[in-house]
Amino acid sequence: MRVTQGTFSFLPDLTDRQIVAQLEYCLQQNWAVSIEFTDDPHPRNTYWDMWGPPMFDLRDAAGAMSEIKACREANPNTYVRVSAFDSTRGWETVRLSFFVQRPAEEPGFRLERVEAAGRMIRYAVRAYSLDRPAGQRYPSVEPATEPRGRRS
Amino acid sequence: MTIANAATTLGAVAGEVVDLKALRAETDIATPIAELDRDLVGLAPVKQRLREIAAFLLVTRAREQVGLTSGAPTLHMAFTGNPGTGKTTVALRMANILHRLGYVRRGHLVAVTRDDLVGQYIGHTAPKTKEVLRRAMGGVLFIDEAYYLHRPENEKDYGQEAIEILLQVMENQREDLVVILAGYRARMDTFFASNPGVRSRVAHHIDFPDYDDGELLAIAETLVGDSHYRLSPAAREAMSEYIVRRRRQPGFANARSIRNALDRARLRHAMRLCEGSAIADREILQTIDAEDIRASRVFAS
Amino acid sequence: MASSTTLTKVHDAKRRYKPGVLKYAQMGYWDSEYEPKDTDVLALFRITPQDGVDPIEAAAAVAGESSTATWTVVWTDRLTACDTYRAKAYKVEPVPNQPGKYFCWAAYALDLFEEGSIANLTASIIGNVFSFKPLKACRLEDMRLPVAYVKTFRGPPTGIVGERERLDKFGRPLLGATVKPKLGLSGKNYGRVVYEALAGGLDFTKDDENINSQPFMHWRDRFLYCMEGVNRAVADSGEVKGHYLNITAGTMEEMVRRAEFARDLGSVIVMVDLVIGWTAIQSISNWARENDMILHMHRAGHGTYTRQKNHGISFRVIAKWLRLAGVDHLHAGTAVGKLEGDPMTVQGYYNVCRETRNMVDLPRGIFFEQDWAGIRKVLPVASGGIHAGQMHQLLELFGDDVVLQFGGGTIGHPMGIRAGAIANRVALEAMVLARNEGRDIGREGPEILRTAAAWCRPLHAALDTWGDVTFEYTSTDTSDFVPTAVAV
Repeated sequence: MRVTQGTFSFLPDLTDRQIVAQLEYCLQQNWAVSIEFTDDPHPRNTYWDMWGPPMFDLRDAAGAMSEIKACREANPNTYVRVSAFDSTRGWETVRLSFFVQRPAEEPGFRLERVEAAGRMIRYAVRAYSLDRPAGQRYPSVEPATEPRGRRS
Repeated sequence: MTIANAATTLGAVAGEVVDLKALRAETDIATPIAELDRDLVGLAPVKQRLREIAAFLLVTRAREQVGLTSGAPTLHMAFTGNPGTGKTTVALRMANILHRLGYVRRGHLVAVTRDDLVGQYIGHTAPKTKEVLRRAMGGVLFIDEAYYLHRPENEKDYGQEAIEILLQVMENQREDLVVILAGYRARMDTFFASNPGVRSRVAHHIDFPDYDDGELLAIAETLVGDSHYRLSPAAREAMSEYIVRRRRQPGFANARSIRNALDRARLRHAMRLCEGSAIADREILQTIDAEDIRASRVFAS
Repeated sequence: MASSTTLTKVHDAKRRYKPGVLKYAQMGYWDSEYEPKDTDVLALFRITPQDGVDPIEAAAAVAGESSTATWTVVWTDRLTACDTYRAKAYKVEPVPNQPGKYFCWAAYALDLFEEGSIANLTASIIGNVFSFKPLKACRLEDMRLPVAYVKTFRGPPTGIVGERERLDKFGRPLLGATVKPKLGLSGKNYGRVVYEALAGGLDFTKDDENINSQPFMHWRDRFLYCMEGVNRAVADSGEVKGHYLNITAGTMEEMVRRAEFARDLGSVIVMVDLVIGWTAIQSISNWARENDMILHMHRAGHGTYTRQKNHGISFRVIAKWLRLAGVDHLHAGTAVGKLEGDPMTVQGYYNVCRETRNMVDLPRGIFFEQDWAGIRKVLPVASGGIHAGQMHQLLELFGDDVVLQFGGGTIGHPMGIRAGAIANRVALEAMVLARNEGRDIGREGPEILRTAAAWCRPLHAALDTWGDVTFEYTSTDTSDFVPTAVAV
């Protein structure tokens, strides 16, 4: 399966060139770009790990692009997304958010149902990848040579 | 715009012939150079070097268009000279020229010193240096008194870490930013001698000479005019004398010393008016007189 | 405007309160000198006086009948601070190029209204005056609601920012589809459409306005099957998705019962129709706020009073009232689809929903500056006769903060519902990507779609099927300040 969170998940994975163009767009709008990564793609996993704080005051996409590359290198075979924050009054939230890396194999989610009276059903969505412990959830690729880490 | 794009869109190319004149017109590099000539007093050797570099970059563009490429040229520079000789001002213009020629994408200047790059504790320096580098991407990073990054007396100094990160980016992201290292000539020479890695990545050295007395007087008149004052003939004479005396005293910083002297002269001018007659006309309000300058401590010795 | 002595206020109390009939202007409902206060509610009416009725007197009558006046003088006025309570018509201007029609501005003191009650506001402003005999027709064009009054309302329970954060969807319009056919499907078949459309790539599916609890499908059955479809699609995609469960019912109690069942099933959104009325809307809005539920509003019935230019209420006023009353989604037109709507006028509605402050914008029908204080933004919904081939136009007209609802354009896809959803989502993402890259989507849109269709068969089929479908009819409700535009 393919996790389709993020603004451009129905398109072929973006090339670095396309990513740079989107970063440029964010900077033109005066949005601060941030990078996050996770191995838990549950739709309600709101807080991915931050690859450092949002990058304020950038003038050019190259600065953010080098961090994306560093994050990918340190966390191969995980989900990495770019989010752009808008601090204008009335928004003060993310305005664009898209994937810049996904694992080679995405096992997807199991839907669990608990039946109750009156045909009522309680649903739970569980990521198959979370059946494994953290660090071994996407084992199809060699593990990272360096431990997963924040931006140093 | 990437470098590759810039190369294909700039200039009129017909087969193996490049119209250099058209390329000059399109990039309009004549404008910032003319502005430099007009706005900055003196600095003749600096202006000459700038023209040479601009010409070199233009020809590099032209060579790319006929397939004579040799990779992204190294553009990092060293500006050496005493304080107040116009290094920051010229760096700003340089950023503009590089932008017009497509060698940097944005053309902004980020000016920093050691404190902006080097941290206070372990693990603090890398994020600080990287943050500055990210902000400077697409433009010019101007590091003033760059030799303070290197403290040979302290082996554990975090400055070395900043230098290493800097070197990496200077080498690997030449298309993303240009670094200008600035400071006193002699100290920069020492710095380069002990950091050959840095020296080898700096392609252009520009030396900023001290201004002579006549140039400093011209600078004084420009500064006064910019803020809508003027010097009376007697004040002009006082200023000439001031320059000669000031240069012999410690802490002389070329144009910066002149600027400071004029700031103080304006204060004295204001005090003189407030304590004097009740009425002041336009002429009086804008004229700095000899006594406003001669009251300086410089004349005391 | 011409003004005679019969159209000025009578100041002498003896003459003013002598039993009998006075002109409204003489009674004090016309004051050309009046300077509206920051706390006044302002209204702009488009009036068509009967032949022979002076426009100023007609304007005064509108102000009078929508505030304190009756047809004759009453002495009991003198027991009140009646000068304050009288609304004042303060400006009358002929409508450009519309002989016999006038714009009339009226100001109302804040104390004329109960705090936090749209029912009270509307009972005043549109209570009697629209049936008033001396006017052939009357239309409420726009209103300025003072911040002091805005702050007595709670507004949208979720708002655009809250909804996007909850759904984790940013940077693009949301996609929806109304289940078709509107009526007749059994619960089980209905849920199939929901599942297919959501699994294909839509963010939302939607009940239609008249799907409640009919013999062919009981509401409870619908809710259960729809949520099965929603949750299956969530697990298939890893995205948060929803179905607007229509909880509209005969009584408020029944509506709340349905809302609570939707909540217990884990739905993120419920929907009501405009026809439930202002009081019910505000009640269900409070319920939605307490239960963290997105509230979708279908503007069923509005066309009866918003469409005609000379009589009724402009939809921009309805949108303002609904933003105060507190809805999260509001159908606000498509401009390019099958339903009435001049593009600029429709953009005006969108701005009412989405801006923190509306500036005067006559070509878009915005007559007043409106400060929305801290009240949340309503997400406009474009629904009705739109398809993937119009994606560039829709994105250019409405930007990112809109729900694009492709009902027929999803379910009617030749390769099936799921393919229809994929076509819409791919077309949308390709267009947003291109726009952000700096391409001129207005001009290059069709080419961008064709490029995406080259690798996306469902989009290819959608463009082949509907690529040329347009609805080019002249709109009836258009701006008086720009030439009438036709959607293309």
